[in-house]
Amino acid sequence: MVPVTSVGADSPVDGIVATVPIVLSLLVAVWALVAAVRHRPPDRVQFVGLAVLEVALLVLSVLALVAVGGGDRPGEPGAFFGYLVTLVCLPPLAWVLARMEPTRWGSAIVCAVCLVAPVVVVRLQQTWEVLGG
Amino acid sequence: MVETGSARQRTNSGPGRLLIAVYLLFAIAATSRAGLQLATKFDEAPVAYLLSGVAALIYIVAAVGLARAGHTGRRVALACCSVELVGVVAVGILSLVDKDLFPDETVWSQFGSGYGYIPLVLPVLGLIWLWRTRRAPA
Repeated sequence: MVPVTSVGADSPVDGIVATVPIVLSLLVAVWALVAAVRHRPPDRVQFVGLAVLEVALLVLSVLALVAVGGGDRPGEPGAFFGYLVTLVCLPPLAWVLARMEPTRWGSAIVCAVCLVAPVVVVRLQQTWEVLGG
Repeated sequence: MVETGSARQRTNSGPGRLLIAVYLLFAIAATSRAGLQLATKFDEAPVAYLLSGVAALIYIVAAVGLARAGHTGRRVALACCSVELVGVVAVGILSLVDKDLFPDETVWSQFGSGYGYIPLVLPVLGLIWLWRTRRAPA
């Protein structure tokens, strides 16, 4: 397969706005994994990490919505907005479940959710850029 | 509510809560995907999309069953995990043998390879978890 040539309009979910949440999410995942392996419940770092991640994801969402408001359209609008809504719900989901489970398994939940978030960000990018593909 | 001995771990705490979390993620993923496919392009691959819908439903019910714990919850979860395991193996084989049946991907095609094979592992973990938390000490 030849790499897809870049679409005329720049994707609003590419570059630094996507890289920051992906890296952040993976860092929290690793931290939570270490905590889970060491039998530690979710600590302050994990909750703060989830909060910062949520902010990064909200920034990403706002930029995407601004682009849509400005006339740009994702390649697969339905899937794109589905992923967008799912994405911003992930950190709160992890937060609530981790609060309910103050054991090592709470940390494991944070780790699992933070591994899923980067995948969703990538899917988000794919559903924007499907044009012409 | 029935008082259960503290010796017995309920299905909705500890590792069970992690399992519920993953089930929730799959419920969300499968439901939104199936909903979208059924709503926008049902005619292209009715079997695949209906199957996605059924899979989505099973993930939701399994998550609820595990979360509710108790006798009924366990039986519901047991049924769901069993159906899932059979489903993912059957669809996995069918999707390899007869590609025309599933022209579009489903959660269970190729044994869930599109989802990191988690759909194949999840029901097994669910059954193991139900087994390990079985019967309260008398």
